[in-house]
Amino acid sequence: MESSRREFLKVAGVSAVGMGIGTQPVLDAFAASGGESGEAKAPKMVRGENALTAVHWGMVIDTRKLETAADLEPLIEACHKVHNVPHHEIKRHEIKWIWETEYHHAFPGKSNKYLNEGAEHRPFLVLCNHCENPPCVRACPTKATFQREDGLVLMDFHRCIGCRFCMAACPFGARSFNFRDPRPFIPETNKKFPTRCKGVVEKCNFCAELLAEGKMPACVEASNGAIAFGDLDDPESEVRKLLRENYTIRRKQTLGTEPSVYYIV
Amino acid sequence: MSKKIYNKDQVIAGLVIFIALVSFPFWYNLGKAAPAPKVELTKQAKEAKFCVRPTEYMKAEHMQLLDVWRDTVAREGKRIYVNEAGKRFTMSLSNTCLDCHSNKAEFCDRCHNYASVDPYCYDCHIDNPKEKK
Repeated sequence: MESSRREFLKVAGVSAVGMGIGTQPVLDAFAASGGESGEAKAPKMVRGENALTAVHWGMVIDTRKLETAADLEPLIEACHKVHNVPHHEIKRHEIKWIWETEYHHAFPGKSNKYLNEGAEHRPFLVLCNHCENPPCVRACPTKATFQREDGLVLMDFHRCIGCRFCMAACPFGARSFNFRDPRPFIPETNKKFPTRCKGVVEKCNFCAELLAEGKMPACVEASNGAIAFGDLDDPESEVRKLLRENYTIRRKQTLGTEPSVYYIV
Repeated sequence: MSKKIYNKDQVIAGLVIFIALVSFPFWYNLGKAAPAPKVELTKQAKEAKFCVRPTEYMKAEHMQLLDVWRDTVAREGKRIYVNEAGKRFTMSLSNTCLDCHSNKAEFCDRCHNYASVDPYCYDCHIDNPKEKK
C-alpha cells in the first residue's frame, strides 16, 4: 500500500475529530455530576443588588476644604473605627489606613523653595492610592494583594504571609504591618468587620465592603463634601467633573504607578 | 532439632513487659471512648430549620463552603449566596453564620474540640458579634 504522509495525516485528522465528538457526551455527564444532587438548582454567588460598581474607582480630595488637622481628624477617626484599625502608642508599631502629612512629604518633587501659604501649612490627607499600575501587587509572592477589575487594590488577609515585600514596593508608605496582635489595641470594635491578626500587612481598601452595600466610603461620608468618590472612567461622574474644573495633582506621578487619588490644591 | 533460646526466662519476661507497656493505652482506655458531642442549636437556628444548605451537607462540608465563600467575597467581591431554594444570604462568617449560631461555645467549639481541630478563623473574625462587651 502506498502509505504516504498525506494519507497518514488524513486518517489522523478524521480520527481526532471523531474522538472529539465521541467524548463530548462523556464529558457532559462528568460536568453534570459535578454539581451535586443535580435535581435542584445549583447555588450561586452574586453581587448584591445595591452594590456600587465602576470601571475604575477614583477619589478627588479638595484640600482647600480641609484646612486644619482638626478637619482631618473626624475622617481618619471614621475610617479607623469602621475597619477596626488598632491604635498603637509605639510609633514603629503604628497601623494607618488614612493619615495626615505635610505637603513636602506628600508631594516630593512638586515642592518649590517658596510655597504658597496653603500648601506650606495645610495638612494633607494621604491614603492608599489604588494605583492603576500597583507595584505592591507585582511584589506580592502569594497574590494576597491583588487588583480587582474595578481598580481597587485589595488585600486577601487569608493569603498574606507577612513577607512585607509590598511595603517595600509601595512608594507611598500606605501599608502597615501588624507586628503585634492588634485586638487589644482596638479602642472600639466594629463587630460587623473583622480585625486582623499578627503578621499580616494591611492598608486602605477604599471601603470595598461598604461599596458592596451601596454605601460611599467612610472618609467620603465624613468629609462634608471635601472628598469626592466615583468612576474615573465615566466622563459624567462627579470626580471627572471636578477634575475638569480644577487643577489637580497626584502623588509621585513620575514613578508611573498612576494613582487613583487626585488632590485639588 | 529446636534452637535454644539463651536466657529464656529473662527474654520472655522482657517481651511480656514490652507488650504490656506498648498496649497500655489501648486496654487502659478500653470502653472509655469520648462520646460524640451534642451540639446545641439556638432558638433562632431551630426556628429557621434549614441552614444555608441541607444540614447533612453543612455537617460534613461547612469548611469547604466557607473556603469558597472567603475566596469569592475577598477576591471577586461577590457577597450574596443564593441557595437551591433561591434564598439569599450574605456570605459572612461573623454576620451570617454566627448571627444565627450565636452560641459558638456550644455549637462550633464542641465539635472542633472533639475533632481536635483549631480553625484560626476567629483570630480575625469576630466570634461573638451579638455578645455585648
